[in-house]
Amino acid sequence: MNISEIKTVEHDVIVLGAGGAGLRAAIECSMQGLSTGLVCKSLLGKAHTVMAEGGVAASLGNVDNRDHWKVHFRDTMRGGKFLNNWRMAELHAREAPARVRELEEWGAVFDRTKSGLINQRNFGGHRYPRLAHVGDRTGLEIIRTLQDHGIHQGIDIYMECTGLDLIKDGNSISGMVGMWRDNGQFIIFKCRAIILATGGGGKAWKITSNSWEYTGDGYGMAYEAGAELMDMEFTQFHPTGMVWPPSVRGTLVTEGVRGEGGILTNSENKRFMYDNIPNRFAAETADSEEEANRWLAGDKDARRPPELLTRDVVARAIRKEVKAGRGSPHGGAFLDIASRRSSEDIKRKLPSMYHQFKVLAELDITNEPMEVGPTLHYFMGGVKVDSDTQMTRVPGLFACGECAAGVHGANRLGGNSLSDLLVCGKLAGTGAVDYIKSLNSNYALNDSDVQKIIRSATDILNRETGENPYLIHEELQELMQNNVGIVRTDELLSEGINGLSALWKKFENVKADGASQFNPGWHQAISLKNLLVTSESVARAAKMREESRGAHTRIDFEGESDEWLKYNVVISKSSEGKMNVEKVEREAPDSELKRIAQLSIEELDKEVLSEKERG
Amino acid sequence: MGLRKFKLFRGDADGGTMENYSVEVDKGMVVLDVIHRIQAQQAGDLAVRWNCKAGKCGSCSVEINGKPKLACMTRMNEYNTDETISVRPLKTFPLIKDLVSDVSWNYKQNKNITPFTPDPDKKDKNGNYVMMQEDVDRVQEFRKCIECYLCQNVCHVLRDHEKKDEFVGPRFMIRLASLEMHPLDNADRIPNIKNDHGSGMCNITRCCTDVCPEHIQITDNGIIPLKERVVDRYYDPFMRLFNKMFSKNK
Repeated sequence: MNISEIKTVEHDVIVLGAGGAGLRAAIECSMQGLSTGLVCKSLLGKAHTVMAEGGVAASLGNVDNRDHWKVHFRDTMRGGKFLNNWRMAELHAREAPARVRELEEWGAVFDRTKSGLINQRNFGGHRYPRLAHVGDRTGLEIIRTLQDHGIHQGIDIYMECTGLDLIKDGNSISGMVGMWRDNGQFIIFKCRAIILATGGGGKAWKITSNSWEYTGDGYGMAYEAGAELMDMEFTQFHPTGMVWPPSVRGTLVTEGVRGEGGILTNSENKRFMYDNIPNRFAAETADSEEEANRWLAGDKDARRPPELLTRDVVARAIRKEVKAGRGSPHGGAFLDIASRRSSEDIKRKLPSMYHQFKVLAELDITNEPMEVGPTLHYFMGGVKVDSDTQMTRVPGLFACGECAAGVHGANRLGGNSLSDLLVCGKLAGTGAVDYIKSLNSNYALNDSDVQKIIRSATDILNRETGENPYLIHEELQELMQNNVGIVRTDELLSEGINGLSALWKKFENVKADGASQFNPGWHQAISLKNLLVTSESVARAAKMREESRGAHTRIDFEGESDEWLKYNVVISKSSEGKMNVEKVEREAPDSELKRIAQLSIEELDKEVLSEKERG
Repeated sequence: MGLRKFKLFRGDADGGTMENYSVEVDKGMVVLDVIHRIQAQQAGDLAVRWNCKAGKCGSCSVEINGKPKLACMTRMNEYNTDETISVRPLKTFPLIKDLVSDVSWNYKQNKNITPFTPDPDKKDKNGNYVMMQEDVDRVQEFRKCIECYLCQNVCHVLRDHEKKDEFVGPRFMIRLASLEMHPLDNADRIPNIKNDHGSGMCNITRCCTDVCPEHIQITDNGIIPLKERVVDRYYDPFMRLFNKMFSKNK
């Protein structure tokens, strides 16, 4: 193989992934004068951000002026069961309003309040109506706004190009090898910094809201390059995925349905969420249907209905109903908006849900309840980064968005992902700019590193015989669904880890048929490595954390443990190539942040009010 | 539901054929599910583009039995059980392989459009832009576009007359309309719409509107109003006289 025949392009920074986080990071880098390359697996504008429905959380206070970044911060910490990185959760809540307003500056058109401001809706775990939205297609609005703004910022965009692996010069990042999906040719990116914005790894599960792109590429690449992964055990099962028909099982049903008043019932027509209110949220949750109805009608003194508890709580409750034999015909719960809102309201506020059910399930949601059940949706954990710069422990390697850990702790609130993408995307961009400014020496790419990366990709095509990549993937999905699912035990997880090592063996001999030109079998085979790193890190971290917290439920260790709150599980690759799993003590929180998070809502409301009065 | 017959285009820019597949189809499946099943069981290297599988990203546009559609939103029970289902790539764009065509031309059109240019004077004293819902309803209709390019694929100007150098196509007329009708936007794109983006090329056959999966009224709400603005500016005899007499930049 002659490396000189492969095209090399040089940029200051390469951003990998063009969802909300990647686009926002690339815009920041380019605006601040860096030569910026944006590399994405799909066409521009198709990344998973496009699927986000309900809204972007920011304490603009347009609908309820009691909202404030401190309340948003408190909600985020409580939703994350206090395992969040305090500083990141602070930055996220503080900066989200400016990031949302900036989108308007770039052409986004959010739904309006009666006085012409950005409208905000209720969502699970958010104390006040906080989610800026556009019907139920907020993600499309955000990705299109960033895309249409980004293409005029001088960013070089490499579409349908897969990042294969990173290259370092000594300890620092010096480049990446990529592959054009259409013709199978390789391309070398020489750069000072790389920002990973590759999203999560939901495609390792069978029932997931994630698309083919979600193969944990950032986790796999960062791990190989020597960065750490943190909180990987916290995988969010969104409570409401479609359950029927089988081919769309897992497809997301927005939390906006519940935000607009939708209720969950079981086969006995009972609103079972009233029986599932955790102590921590009891004081802030309606305890009767009468109070919940008043809340829906706009009574500011009424407390929120229990359907709007955090996602981990709702997902477990649905699972419990199904297990107890009170599920819907296809093994979920009923989600009813038809009896709560007029047909006209539903079509205006939830148009894509109406359309999705009409076409895919032949069901009219203005008439009948939907059937829903938990679906793997989001990774709270990910690449461990510095809270202010988003840089990993590898100089020049950054991560942001779902790919990075920290903001959301043990469970993410709905709407906090879109705000995270924008806030942390910008932080990562600034982080990369500052890092590059601090450098002065030359840097190089080592040919043998490039060769190694290319060879491991081409071996998959060149093998005479071997394992079918689609079947390995199916087996992996089955294994993760059964063994590393919504409830976990040591036994299940140990079995899962053994199953994974068998799959690693099969992967070593994976074989894709056909040529290198647009070959999905080959692409699938290449992505298996990242999926396996992701899966193994989730399973090992889940086995280590002997408590139930947020999205991580161990039925052999029920309830939260104060002891475990002191630790993150951190994963890295050892010098012998083994997966190192460590319990790492967390830093003590800033005392002011700790104070805010622990105030009662009445105390905090009072504090915010007096702050606002003082101006 | 049993065994169903499929014909899929297999090949690349150098040529190809429609190949037969026979595949087990389950209840509730859409065409994209069947294509994936064929891929997993019979043709590992079969190229198809897709992402969200819920009609939100616009990646899986193909021609199914001659009709341009999203494969993820086309249910198998739309077809008779004895019907052979043929799937081809979008014809208007160059073929890459199998069911995937090269849609990069569309991205170039977008780049030629003058971007959103907000009027800073429209901020209130708190720094918020104020826009009433009724003033943004029309723009929001256009912004539902998922860029599936089905409209571009059926546009006669692009598909049959191959005038890609003269007309941006319905997708970008809608993009232009969303900017021109944005209450905060300050830029004037009418000269470009006439001269560069080719508004005069569209002869209003409404084929684009018929195939839009988001049901955007592309022709009536987007293209025709833009044509009217061009006409008002350039062809209204009274306005021409008025402009001649009073315009400072003659």
